[in-house]
Amino acid sequence: MQRRVVFDNRWLPYLLVGPQLIVTLVFFFWPAAEAIYFSVERQDPFGLSTEFVGLDNFVTILSDPGYLHSLGVTAVFSTSVTLLAMVPALLLAVMADRVVRGSRLYQTVLILPYAIAPAIAGVLWLFLFNPGVGVVAFALRRIGIDWNYLLNGDQALALVILAAAWKQISYNFLFFLAGLQAVPKSLIEAAAIDGAGPVRRFWTIILPLLSPTTFFLIVVNIVYAFFETFGVIHSVTGGGPSKATEILVYKVYYDGVVALDLGGSSAQSVILMLLVIALTAVQFKYVEARVHY
Amino acid sequence: MESRSGGFAWVPHLVLLIGAALVVFPIYVTFVASTLTPSEILAGPMTLLPGSHLVENYLAALTHGTAFISGQPVARLMANSLIVALVVAIGKIVISLLSAYAVVFFRFPGRMICFWMIFLTLMLPVEVRILPTYQITANLGMVDTYGGLTIPLIASATATLLFRQFFLTLPDELVEAAKLDGAGPMRFFVDTVLPLSATNMAALFVILFVYGWNQFLWPLLVTNSASMTTIVIGIKSMIGGGDSQTPWHIVMATTILAMLPPMAVVLLMQRWFVKGLVDSDK
Repeated sequence: MQRRVVFDNRWLPYLLVGPQLIVTLVFFFWPAAEAIYFSVERQDPFGLSTEFVGLDNFVTILSDPGYLHSLGVTAVFSTSVTLLAMVPALLLAVMADRVVRGSRLYQTVLILPYAIAPAIAGVLWLFLFNPGVGVVAFALRRIGIDWNYLLNGDQALALVILAAAWKQISYNFLFFLAGLQAVPKSLIEAAAIDGAGPVRRFWTIILPLLSPTTFFLIVVNIVYAFFETFGVIHSVTGGGPSKATEILVYKVYYDGVVALDLGGSSAQSVILMLLVIALTAVQFKYVEARVHY
Repeated sequence: MESRSGGFAWVPHLVLLIGAALVVFPIYVTFVASTLTPSEILAGPMTLLPGSHLVENYLAALTHGTAFISGQPVARLMANSLIVALVVAIGKIVISLLSAYAVVFFRFPGRMICFWMIFLTLMLPVEVRILPTYQITANLGMVDTYGGLTIPLIASATATLLFRQFFLTLPDELVEAAKLDGAGPMRFFVDTVLPLSATNMAALFVILFVYGWNQFLWPLLVTNSASMTTIVIGIKSMIGGGDSQTPWHIVMATTILAMLPPMAVVLLMQRWFVKGLVDSDK
């Protein structure tokens, strides 16, 4: 936890740690405390007085069909994004690990989406699938699919899933590739000498050795799908049509900023905080598991 | 070992080519649209070959923007984004370096409390505490200021943890030698620790620059005036209803412009970035 040899100084360490602590206190702990405080209060419609209502806001939310709907959308959304961002990334990483020439070039192209903002990723995909101008929308209609994500909720959800997963492929690719490069070549050669083909080597040796990377990425992708995809949703669908793409984070924003329901939005924030804490705990468990691996 | 599958050496290349093409396709179509005229884009379906209006569209975007962002020139929004990205990246690196140095190289009362307070912020992304953070920033009079856009994003547990991890691996002999030479803690920090941290700082700079440039929810909340907003928010406003009224040629030129700086940073510093990303998130 600490070094053996350290410097002696009474005030310098506080000066050094000060800037970060101040920012952390003002913009992390204070708002978090306020969120918890507001979540057990109710404001009158004019914002003049508040009263303590205990867990009423939580009861209201958890029995609100709108919230439960949003929970369901989030489950479908985050599972799909995680799968769709991880499976192709793994396939591409396995292939990139096998090529000798040009692997650098492939990597350069495949990491491009990492640099792109989720909101802009949304705009790129919106432009492809826009019923009025999108080239893919035209192609879909030509083969007989009635494509209009502005009216069809399932299509809207599919579109935001695609855009969100596309952006995350880069990240997963880099981690899978690093994981693959760490697999001892001697193991693979031994299996090859024993007559195991590439497919069999993948399932029996490479994939099990990659499992720490895979678990780590699952948690990271779920966190990404839960929180960082706000920009995708906001720029492509705005949560619509009729709430079909309203994931939890979007609902916190909408209820708080647009509908101005302070208590409800804060209670939702608190639920989300608990979720992040749980996910972080899981992640650290796996980081530890990785050490013992 | 590859000799066994030598006959199929083209398979990985084929898969990678298809994958790369699918990944690049949305960017390519956007680029093509940014070189066309509005009527060419609305031709239904638009062509997939670049047109001849590249210079014209980009100049129009940079200098005039569109009516949807109150005629703010895109250049102004790009400058805002650049300021936000640089302040967030450099600010995070500086305060994380300092606090990690304090936690690792000193023994002082409250050290572990400081460490855990920083560590806990890992669990509170801005998305989960949207409203209260906005209220506090508003109470401090920081709405529509660069301070409001950047300071709440600056505290980062990730960077502090990365530097702490790295500092713990530095050999004790370095510290002892410095002490023998009569160097104080700040001298040691500047002469020894900073140069050794250069690679980590470069990798973090890429990750944090991209993070700062690509922020969406926070700038959306904390800016009201069209001249203080960032390019990512600007694009969203430009699309408006997303119908044929949207000036797609300008929007697409702006989109390409908005992607260029973070892409350039990632590509130019690719080597450090790839190593740093994989190391820092472990």
